[in-house]
Amino acid sequence: MTDTTPQMTDTGPMGLRLKSAMPWLCAALLLLILPQIFSANATITLMNQMAITIIFALAYNMLLGQGGMLSFGHAVFMGLGGVFAVHVMSYVEAFGAPLPLPLLPLFGGFAGLLLACVIGSFSTRQAGTVFAMISLGVGELIAACSLIFVTFFGGETGVSADRTYGLPVFGVEFLRQSEVYYLIAAWLLLSVFLMYLYTRTPMGRMANAVRDNPERAEFLGYSARWVRFYSFIFSGFFAGIAGGLFALNYEIMTSESMSLVQSGKILLITFLGGMGYFVGPIIGAIVFTLLTTVLGRYTELSALYVGTVFVLTVMYCPRGLAGLLMMHEPAYRLGKLRRLVAPYLKVLIPVLVATLGCAALFEMLFHVRHAPPGDHEMRLYWVTFDSHSPIAWGIVIGVTLLAIMTTRALIPHIKDAWHDANTIDKGAS
Amino acid sequence: MDLLLVNLIDGLVTGLLLFMLSAGLTLIFSMMGVLNFAHASFYMLGAYFGYQISLYMGFWMALVCAPVIVGFLGAVVERYGLRRVHQHGHVAELIFTFGLALLIEEAVQFFWGKSQVPFMPPQALDFALFSIAGNAVPAYKVFMIFVAIAIFAGLLFVLTKTRIGMIIQAALSFPRTVEALGHNVPLIFMCVFGVGTALAAVAGVIAGPVLGTFPGMAFALGSIVFVTIVVGGLGSLSGALYASLLIGWITTFAASYDVGLADILNAIGVDQPLDMRNSPWRDFWSITLSQVGPILPYLLMVLTLIFRPHGLFRKGGL
Repeated sequence: MTDTTPQMTDTGPMGLRLKSAMPWLCAALLLLILPQIFSANATITLMNQMAITIIFALAYNMLLGQGGMLSFGHAVFMGLGGVFAVHVMSYVEAFGAPLPLPLLPLFGGFAGLLLACVIGSFSTRQAGTVFAMISLGVGELIAACSLIFVTFFGGETGVSADRTYGLPVFGVEFLRQSEVYYLIAAWLLLSVFLMYLYTRTPMGRMANAVRDNPERAEFLGYSARWVRFYSFIFSGFFAGIAGGLFALNYEIMTSESMSLVQSGKILLITFLGGMGYFVGPIIGAIVFTLLTTVLGRYTELSALYVGTVFVLTVMYCPRGLAGLLMMHEPAYRLGKLRRLVAPYLKVLIPVLVATLGCAALFEMLFHVRHAPPGDHEMRLYWVTFDSHSPIAWGIVIGVTLLAIMTTRALIPHIKDAWHDANTIDKGAS
Repeated sequence: MDLLLVNLIDGLVTGLLLFMLSAGLTLIFSMMGVLNFAHASFYMLGAYFGYQISLYMGFWMALVCAPVIVGFLGAVVERYGLRRVHQHGHVAELIFTFGLALLIEEAVQFFWGKSQVPFMPPQALDFALFSIAGNAVPAYKVFMIFVAIAIFAGLLFVLTKTRIGMIIQAALSFPRTVEALGHNVPLIFMCVFGVGTALAAVAGVIAGPVLGTFPGMAFALGSIVFVTIVVGGLGSLSGALYASLLIGWITTFAASYDVGLADILNAIGVDQPLDMRNSPWRDFWSITLSQVGPILPYLLMVLTLIFRPHGLFRKGGL
C-alpha cells in the first residue's frame, strides 16, 4: 500500500495556497455546472447517489486504506446515521423545532460517531483478522437488531419522513431534486475537504504508521490502539454524514441499508477505485455507480459483470483504477505520455470487441437457459436474432476468438511502447 | 423431555453440518492464514452440482461426483487465483475470496435461476427411522449424522496417523523446513485447499435436500461458519468441532423454546406497563428467544473475540 499524495513543498505561502487550492476550486466549479449540463431528473438523482457513495467510500477508506483495518460491517454507521436523521426530521416536523434542513446530516454524523465510540472501544484493540471478524459480527448483530426493534429502525418497511418540513432556508424549500443536489454537493465538497485535511494531520500520518508497522509506532510512544480508535470514530462520523444525506435524498431508511450486502458493496467500491490513494474511492464510487446504473438498464446480468470486474481487479491490478492511472506518472513526468496514445487506441478496439463478445455469449447462454420455452428471439446490440441458431453462436464465438487472438498478438507492441515511454531518451540530458 | 431429545438430535445434525464446512475452512486458514469467504460458496456449488448430477445419475453418484468436481474447482482457484493474489498480502486475499463468493452466487443464479431448485433426498432414505414421543426422526437425518462422523474420523485418521497427514501438519507449521526436506509445499497447499472445498461440497450435497438449494444458501450459512471457526479458535480442528456442536445446539434450542424477555422480566419482578402502544420500549418487551436465536452466534463470536481472542476452546496463542 503506497501513499502517493504529493509531498509538501516549500514554496511561498501564497504560491502553496493557490496551487493546492486549484483542484478544490475546479471540483467546486464542476459540481456547480454539472446540473446545467445534465439537467434530466434521472441524471441528477444519479449524481446525488454518486456523491453520497463518494463520502461513504472515503469514510470507509479512512479505515481500510489509511488505517489498515478491513471492516465488513461499515454500513451500520451509515444506516444508523440515516435512521437517526430521519427521526430528527420527523421530530422537527412534529414539534416545529427551528432546525434548517442543511444541518441535518450533522445529526447523522454524530449518531455515527457515537456508535463508533461504543463499538471502537472494544473492536480497535487489534487490527487484522480479529478486527475484521468483530466488524462482521457487530454488523450482523445490528442489522438483525434493525429487524427486531421496529419502533426505532422501522423493520423491513423502514422509517420515512418529509424533508420539505417547516421553514425554508433562504427561500429554498428543497422540493426539487436539483435543490437537493446543491445541498448534497456542498456537503460532498466539505466532507471530502475535511477528510483530505485529516490525512495531512499528524493524526492521519500516525494512522498510516500504525497500519504499516504498529510495533514500531508503539516504540515511538504512540498507542496503536488509540490511533486506530480515532481513525475509527472519524470514519464512523463521515459514514453517518453519508447516511444523513441518504436520508435527506430518499426520505426513507430501511433495514436493508445496514445489511452485510451494503458493507460488501462499499468494500468493493473502495477496492475497485484503489484504496492506496485518496482519490481512489472517489473514482471507484463514480465508476461503480455509473456501471451498475447503465448496465442495470440494459441487462439482467449486471451483478455478474460487476463481480467479474471486481475479481479481475483484485487479481490483476490490486491497486485499483487509481493505481492504474498512477502507473502513468513516470511517463507523464518524462513528457512521453503522448507516445502511448496510439498503441492504446490500437489495442482498445480488439479488447472492446472481445469484452462485448464475451458479454454476448453470456447473454445468449442466459437467454437459452431462462427464456420461456419456445421464445427463441432475442435482441442484442440492436440486432434481433434467433438465440438457438448455430449460425449466431458461430459468428459470436468466431468474432470473440478473433478479437482475443488479436489482443494477444498486440501485447508485445504495447509492452514495447510502455518500455519506450518509461525510459529516458538517450539523446536527452 | 421428548422435545429436548428431538432438539438434541436436530442440533447435532446442524452442528455436524457446520463442522463439515468449518473443518475445511479451519484447515485452509491454518495453511494460508486467510479466512476463505468463498468457502460456503463451494458448499452451495456442491449442492447445485449434486442436484444436476442427481437428475441424470441419481443421488448416490451425485454424492461421489459433485465433491470431486468442486474439489477440482477449488484446487484450480487456489492455483490460479489465490496464489496470484497471495503476493499482495492478506487483505487482498480476503477481498479476493469475498469477490469470488459474490461471483459464484451470481454464476449460480446465471445457470440455475433465482428460485429454489427441487433437490430431493433419495427414495431409499425417505422414511422415518424411529420416533420419539410422536416426533418422527427421518432416516436421512441419521444418515447425515453418520456421514459427518465418518468424515471427522477419516480426517482425524489421515491427519494424525498417516505419512501424508504428518507432512501436511508439518507443512502447516513449518512450510520452509518441509520444503527444504524435498516436499512440494505449494502442491500440498493446493491439495489441502481442494480437499477442504470438496468437504464443503459433501456438506452441500447432503444438506441441499434438507435446507433447500437456492442461491442464498451460501450467504445464509457462510458467516455462521466463520463464527464457528472463530469461536473454536482459528486453525484448531477440535475447537471447530466443539464450536460447531455448540452453535448447532444454541440455534436449535433458541428456535424451539419460545421464551420472551417479558416473561423473564416478569419472573424477576419487573412489571410490564399496561399501555404499550406508544412506548418506545414496546419492542424491548416483545423480544423472544426465537427472534434473537439467529444472532446469538454473532454475539458469542464478538464476546469470544473480546474476552478470549484465541477461541473458547484453546489455551495457547494464535
